Amino acid sequence: MPLKKLEQFSVSHLQILDEEGNVDRDLEPDLTEEQLIQLYRTMNLAREHDQRMLKLQRQGRIGTFGPCTGQEACSLGPAFAMSQSDWFVGAFRELAGRLAMGEPLENSLVFHNGFEEGNANPDSKRNLLPISIIVASQCLHAAGIGYALKYQGKKNAAAVTFLGDGGSSQGDFYEAMNFAGVWQAPVVFIVQNNQWAISVPRSKQTHAATIAQKAIAAGIHGIQVDGNDILAMVVATRDALDRAYAGEGPTLIEAMTYRLMMHTTADDPRKYRSEEEEQEAWKREPIARFRTYLEKKGMWDASRQEAMEKEIKETIDTAVRSFEERTDFKPDLCFDHVFGTRHEEIEEQRAQFLADRRLDAAKEASDA
Amino acid sequence: MPKLNMVQAINLGLDQEMANDERVLLLGEDVGVDGGVFRVTDGLHAKYGEARSIDTPLAESGILGTAIGMALAGLRPVAEMQFSGFSYLMFAHLEGHASRYRSRTQGQYTVPLVVRMPYGGAVRALEHHSESREASYAHLPGTKVVIPSSPRNARALIVAAIRDPDPVVFMEPKRSYRAFREEVPEEEEVMEIGRSRIVQEGSDLTLVAWGAMMRPVLRAVEELQEARDVKIEVIDLLTISPMDSNTIVESVKKTGRCVVVQEAPKSLGVSSEVIARINDKALLYLEAPVKRVTNYDVVTPYFGRELDYIPNPARIRRAIEETLDF
Repeated sequence: MPLKKLEQFSVSHLQILDEEGNVDRDLEPDLTEEQLIQLYRTMNLAREHDQRMLKLQRQGRIGTFGPCTGQEACSLGPAFAMSQSDWFVGAFRELAGRLAMGEPLENSLVFHNGFEEGNANPDSKRNLLPISIIVASQCLHAAGIGYALKYQGKKNAAAVTFLGDGGSSQGDFYEAMNFAGVWQAPVVFIVQNNQWAISVPRSKQTHAATIAQKAIAAGIHGIQVDGNDILAMVVATRDALDRAYAGEGPTLIEAMTYRLMMHTTADDPRKYRSEEEEQEAWKREPIARFRTYLEKKGMWDASRQEAMEKEIKETIDTAVRSFEERTDFKPDLCFDHVFGTRHEEIEEQRAQFLADRRLDAAKEASDA
Repeated sequence: MPKLNMVQAINLGLDQEMANDERVLLLGEDVGVDGGVFRVTDGLHAKYGEARSIDTPLAESGILGTAIGMALAGLRPVAEMQFSGFSYLMFAHLEGHASRYRSRTQGQYTVPLVVRMPYGGAVRALEHHSESREASYAHLPGTKVVIPSSPRNARALIVAAIRDPDPVVFMEPKRSYRAFREEVPEEEEVMEIGRSRIVQEGSDLTLVAWGAMMRPVLRAVEELQEARDVKIEVIDLLTISPMDSNTIVESVKKTGRCVVVQEAPKSLGVSSEVIARINDKALLYLEAPVKRVTNYDVVTPYFGRELDYIPNPARIRRAIEETLDF
């Protein structure tokens, strides 16, 4: 008997603004000047903060962190497209998106200097989960949140989660797409395909031609997007969210980008990739093309650029100063939140911890 | 009061909490239409519908990972691991996220969920269906581990676990699922998590055990007390973590002798911790070394020989007598 063709699949790629700053007028989203400039400023703020943190790390003023330079659009586009009821379920390279979600600049400094206080956003009205370091694990949390939102009948509410091309090899990523697909839960999976998982290139993560096509196996929507094109990221996320809100289930977005810096400050890319490759990638980064686009629209010029750069520098200076002046890191904070209610054994250990600390300090004082 | 077995008692607790609180829902493999392979969730799918009784895809990491998301978003999921032997696939989520979210965010985000799992041996099951790995879970700060031993306390503890603000690993001794019945009140009954229970008072020796070991322990104690003029104080741990030191320590101060019985392998387990607590606070009251009756540090044998490895009343009785006569 002849083979019967059961299904046929295809994968699309979306780009609206190319590397030269040319826009596809048919696909261009209808954003106000204020919104476009807000996107531009946030990408610049994230880039500058990233570079400042790199300096601070090299000076020993903060610890290890994973720079996001070059990938600003991948998380900012989605954050911009999200509703007030959506959940941001990040990995650890989404600084631009986190800032757009209202996370104070200081949080990234506090967190990367080794204090849990950098995770808390008590004043935020947005659903912004802390950085998730276990690769792709957060995808499942997003699927569960999506289920809860659907179960609770929340309108215009979805979970948007992020991972990398390395994360796309994890079982949790597949399980999350599969669960969310079965449940038709409002979830958007965004793979920041930055071509490198520390030293391992994308070609060694999967033999599949795209990561977007991984959606097909889960029976969910999938699309590949130019992740360095902020307009395409906004549009693709909006489409995905509209489907999610309408009960049409999850979407996988593969955002094509490039990790222009090291994996984290503990990594040296010279060991595994060439400078030529990095220089080529710099030609495709998201900020320059967007500036060209704004200039062509008559919304931007050199004097505005200069004013913005000054304002951003001052904003970062203020955050760094405020962070470095902070002294309110309670030594026994970790004992406060083991459980929702206090337990005598843990309280006993807290007392011992504080007593030991006092004795250590006294010893240090007498030695000095 | 109706007499229920442990399966029926846990089912009663789940049913009542689902009726009380629509945030409570069940998820796991075969928990819905089938009512769970041990029937613990029987009838709840028909009563509460598939949105609250979710037959998930077959993936344990997925079950706990999504349950964490549900809890973060305001639900009270009760996830089932079909057997504890398959639960290790979800360990990363328990260690990496469920147990840490409260601390990580200083209480801004919390994960109130229950992971139920049948554990333990002596039911003639296949490989991976007989282990007692409570120590693995008890070692995670931020996670509570509860092991009931009877229908009545199982019902009262599952209710407490669901209402608890933190993740609770609820390990059900499957050997005890249908082994006996007990009167379980129809009206609400809750036990506090973090408290052990003195099952019977005594003055000559303290015996600490939990879960499926309570039955052989009580038999050994009963036989011994018939044969000798001694009174053994029996403590049912109930909550493995955070452990209730006070009940153990106060008892040992009174009796001066102690035996700990655990179904798990001997070393680096819960019994070791019980003894460490005694050393911390009651060492000078001891009149004999604290003895352990445990499984051995071997890979859990298949059911053809497992009964020789799990503590039985005879071994327990010998350990008590050796400790009494030291």
